[in-house]
Amino acid sequence: MDAQSLTYLFVGLSFTLYIGIAVWSRVASTKEFYVAGGHVHPVLNGMATAADWMSAASFISMAGLIAFLGYDGSVYLMGWTGGYVLLALLLAPYLRKYGKFTVPEFIGDRYYSDAARLVAVVCLIFISFTYVGGQMRGVGIVFSRFLEVDINHGVIIGMAIVFVYAVLGGMKGITYTQVAQYCVLIFAYTVPAIFISLLITGNAVPQLGLGAEVVGGSGLTVLEKLDSALIELGFTAYTEGTKSTIDVFAITAALMVGTAGLPHVIVRFFTVPKVSDARISAGWALVFIAILYTTAPAVGAFARINFIEEVNETSYEATPEWFKNWEELGLIAWRDKNGDGVIQYRSGPPFEGKPTFDGQERGEDGARTLLNPNTSNANEVYVDRDIMVLANPEIAKLPDWVIALVAAGSLAAALSTAAGLLLVISSAVSHDLLKKTWMPNISDAQELRAARIAAALAIAVAGYLGINPPGFVAQVVAFAFGLAASSLFPAILMGIFSKKMNKEGAIAGMVSGLAFTFIYILYFKFVSPELNTAEYWWFGISPEGIGTLGMAVNFAVALTVDRFTPAPPEHIQHMVDDIRVPSGAGAGHSH
Amino acid sequence: MGDELNTNETTEGGISEAARRTAYWKANIKLLAKLLAVWFVVSFGFGILLADWLNQFTLFGFKVGFWFAQQGSIYVFVALIFIYAHRMRQLDREFGVED
Repeated sequence: MDAQSLTYLFVGLSFTLYIGIAVWSRVASTKEFYVAGGHVHPVLNGMATAADWMSAASFISMAGLIAFLGYDGSVYLMGWTGGYVLLALLLAPYLRKYGKFTVPEFIGDRYYSDAARLVAVVCLIFISFTYVGGQMRGVGIVFSRFLEVDINHGVIIGMAIVFVYAVLGGMKGITYTQVAQYCVLIFAYTVPAIFISLLITGNAVPQLGLGAEVVGGSGLTVLEKLDSALIELGFTAYTEGTKSTIDVFAITAALMVGTAGLPHVIVRFFTVPKVSDARISAGWALVFIAILYTTAPAVGAFARINFIEEVNETSYEATPEWFKNWEELGLIAWRDKNGDGVIQYRSGPPFEGKPTFDGQERGEDGARTLLNPNTSNANEVYVDRDIMVLANPEIAKLPDWVIALVAAGSLAAALSTAAGLLLVISSAVSHDLLKKTWMPNISDAQELRAARIAAALAIAVAGYLGINPPGFVAQVVAFAFGLAASSLFPAILMGIFSKKMNKEGAIAGMVSGLAFTFIYILYFKFVSPELNTAEYWWFGISPEGIGTLGMAVNFAVALTVDRFTPAPPEHIQHMVDDIRVPSGAGAGHSH
Repeated sequence: MGDELNTNETTEGGISEAARRTAYWKANIKLLAKLLAVWFVVSFGFGILLADWLNQFTLFGFKVGFWFAQQGSIYVFVALIFIYAHRMRQLDREFGVED
């Protein structure tokens, strides 16, 4: 069988599995729909959380980002794992003890205010939709590259699959499909990594291979070799960054705090039976995440070495097949700027902007003709960072079934995250808006129907965003984390750790943190992108890291307003006392 | 300390119950503070602020600052959560507030 039939086979098998689980886990009550009945085993919940968390961005893009950013890529590695420590120590156990269904529900009850609940719902919906559009896009790209299906059809197939198991099975269906999806994606990620590590270093453990010597007798380690090769080509050393220390600090902090404040991650801890399970489950989640996150930097470094060796100073004709395949999709491009007939890979953009090709025209050297104006540096190659993980098996000449596996794995990563996001959107609508605010008298069966309709509508919107992505898909990720860090995280944290924090303080804090972060990102990303450089940033902090400052604004405003307004009522202070101790959690979840 | 508190539990008076919960919460905060200090030092400390200085040393083929930023901090994060979960179970039992 060729790579494409194998891919059809693997993807088809994995989809059948997900649908089978969905049919098996149909639900009949809102408690099952929102929190899988509250009896998911902590280790399984950890696995589901890992799949929920690791999106198309983690699976497809992250290793490529690290490959091209080197040390600066550490912000993603530390940022997207360190948040789990905050989650496990500061939020998850107490929210589980509280024992309700959604994040806005906690904020609304703790701050005895419908306004606070509404602010939280708005934050949640905005954060989740910015995130989910990217997942659907990822599904479309994988379909078009590996199955030669049109991107839009790919998105529609993805929507149909998520529809079946999210609408039928709610959180229960999502949880058990996510467990299956985790197994698929982690296998698909580590198998090629092990192969490549063996090829480059002879060490089968990629985490150790990253520090090992390159085979071939040069005596250099992987990182020494990369450092010297990159310096020679005019780049900064791989192990040294180009971002300022304050910016690396701020981005890492914003990603950590943002991770802990993402509603679709928090609600996963509502599904375990006990408070102590919530703590240990966060540990398991991070173990399962760490398997991928400690492999990614190795994959990135190996991919960069391979890329330099196979492409630099090679003629177009002699380049490997993958180079031409990805050029066909417009994700790689080459222009022979100095006319010597071979490819020079150097620092800097090869031409202005993303490649625009002259139809199917090809030059004498065989490469596709580009219309972009040249830049003055010596670099001749354009390469999209997102292709590294997908191209890796081809670059390392691995067997066809590994390529098929990677395709199934990236779909698992994108679908599992999309489903988790869609569930929190639908429960915010049916539970927080309908049941808690507008129509408190509806029955459980009616609420469940509303939740299913809301999930279906959310899937339709997500699909629309995937097919017609707003031009700024890459930029909106900064939004999701920045907004979670500056709005939800501080409100929840103060709700648990301060008995005296009142509704005036919490609402003022959320609104000001949110507004500050939103305006800063909007200004530098959309209003005046030409000013988006360190010299104009406040304190040298980029829009990606501004959530850290937004969080500080939130805390400062909340604590100040709290001083001048009445303390929360007695029963709220008792409620805080109560969520601080685990005993009696069995009584939670009862409405 | 544990014994004294357990005897309180048998009487279950409102005040001793509240005192027990307060003591439990204080012990929790103390543990949190220690673990979060480690969390901060390995990531923001070793991985970012001190990374350049630590990079002069190498260990198993890695510059030390770089290793903390891309590998070491993640391993420590995992360990911190399990230590917290384990210690909290002990505290839950010690103060008689387990679920």
